[in-house]
Amino acid sequence: MRPDIDAKLLFDTAREGRVAPLLEEVRGDPSALGRVFARAARVVGRGVGPGGGRVEDVARVRLLVAACETVGPDAAAGVVAGQYARGDADERRAVLLALADLDGLGVGDAAVPVILDALRTNDTRLVAAAMGPYAAAHLPADAWRHGVLKCLFTGVPLTAVADLDARRDAELDRMVRAFADERRAAGRDVPEDAVRLLATIR
Amino acid sequence: MRIFDPHIHMTSRTTDDYEAMYDAGVRAVVEPAFWLGQPRTSVGSFVDYFDALLGWERFRAAQFGITHHATIALNPKEANDPRCLGVLDLLPRYLEKDGVVAVGEVGFDSMTDAEETVMVRQLELAGEHDLPVMVHTPHRDKVAGTRRTLEIVGQVGLPPERVLVDHLNENTIDLVDDAGCWAGFSVYPDTKMDERRMVAILDRRGLDRVLVNSAADWGRSDPLKTWRTGRTMLAGGYTDDDVDRVLWRNPVAFYGQSGRLLLDDVATAGDYEGNTLQRGEPVTAAATAGEEG
Repeated sequence: MRPDIDAKLLFDTAREGRVAPLLEEVRGDPSALGRVFARAARVVGRGVGPGGGRVEDVARVRLLVAACETVGPDAAAGVVAGQYARGDADERRAVLLALADLDGLGVGDAAVPVILDALRTNDTRLVAAAMGPYAAAHLPADAWRHGVLKCLFTGVPLTAVADLDARRDAELDRMVRAFADERRAAGRDVPEDAVRLLATIR
Repeated sequence: MRIFDPHIHMTSRTTDDYEAMYDAGVRAVVEPAFWLGQPRTSVGSFVDYFDALLGWERFRAAQFGITHHATIALNPKEANDPRCLGVLDLLPRYLEKDGVVAVGEVGFDSMTDAEETVMVRQLELAGEHDLPVMVHTPHRDKVAGTRRTLEIVGQVGLPPERVLVDHLNENTIDLVDDAGCWAGFSVYPDTKMDERRMVAILDRRGLDRVLVNSAADWGRSDPLKTWRTGRTMLAGGYTDDDVDRVLWRNPVAFYGQSGRLLLDDVATAGDYEGNTLQRGEPVTAAATAGEEG
């Protein structure tokens, strides 16, 4: 379910030929990222691409990584926050998907507010993208648990949650059990992902 | 009947409307940025509004199998408030986004100097961003407003086939046809146009360069007016292909000039079950994404 999108993914020759000038433009002038990011899907393409992710996501992840590499570790976090703030929902999803790749480029904990913003939305595209490896590595426990619960609540499959088994704890199990109890009390179905999680309580 | 409503303000409508629209055949819409009824007092309000048009509303529409596009602009009424003029500096960011298929609604409300200055600047922006324009014609003094609008479009030098002049009626259609622009008609329960008059205009001037919309918003309006107009056309002797031309192919032709339509999934799938999570369709949800409120 969770597409493995990272900045090392390559396209076929035709798309690689279309993304190359965009990457060059961003490396030459990182302040062009906003404009290039916006038109990336129109230039490179849309739909299922390498790694099972979408072409436009892969293209934008590569563009954002290129911009962060160019500006250096001291400015990378600002580039990430700015691009998220100025992006539409597709662009924001790409920023979220890129965070795992940006960890080593000086972003550190600085993108946690971006994850928290995405988890405040009810847009399942953003919620799913927010709960990736960066969230698993950087989100405080309470926010991460609420992120998992938000996935259950909005129907995002838990396969979208990176390192679920490693990070789950007794408090998350309690919250999921309470969620399931509330659903049953209302005579409503309990999501299969919640049932599966509760079946594996250690 | 497949329907593309080229002008409807879905942020003001309910999920019941989305369901009824889908059932009637609506598969795509354009939502022009407009006045919200309550005047805004800061640029920040517009940032959140534009973001909502391109974010939450597109997501919400996708949950009901409808592809949502937007036009972005500072509307004529709020162009008169100096506190809102900073919106013009924001527009270049939004006019580059996917799914932004025109600059609009621009035009006149009270035909002030401020409105004209803002309209001219936004017509120039349309040229700079290679986008068509949707022009709103005023509710009051409509003929004079339409005539002045067309003069300004000519002075700025936009190709007429990239300009849609909307909210037309029997008194203004000939001006727009003579100018070579696209003609938009808003079919309403009791103002602007109705279905019968709409079909009479089609009888008289043909099906070229004409768009029919519901312009449904927070006022008394009906998001199924496109469908009702299609039914009235069929009852009046038009063919299914004629209706498809007016209610689907014409809006695709006009807004397609932007190169920003997002109709891939509509063209290939038809039903929305085939979409993926990342397109924002409903997943097998414990709760719908809107339930948390």
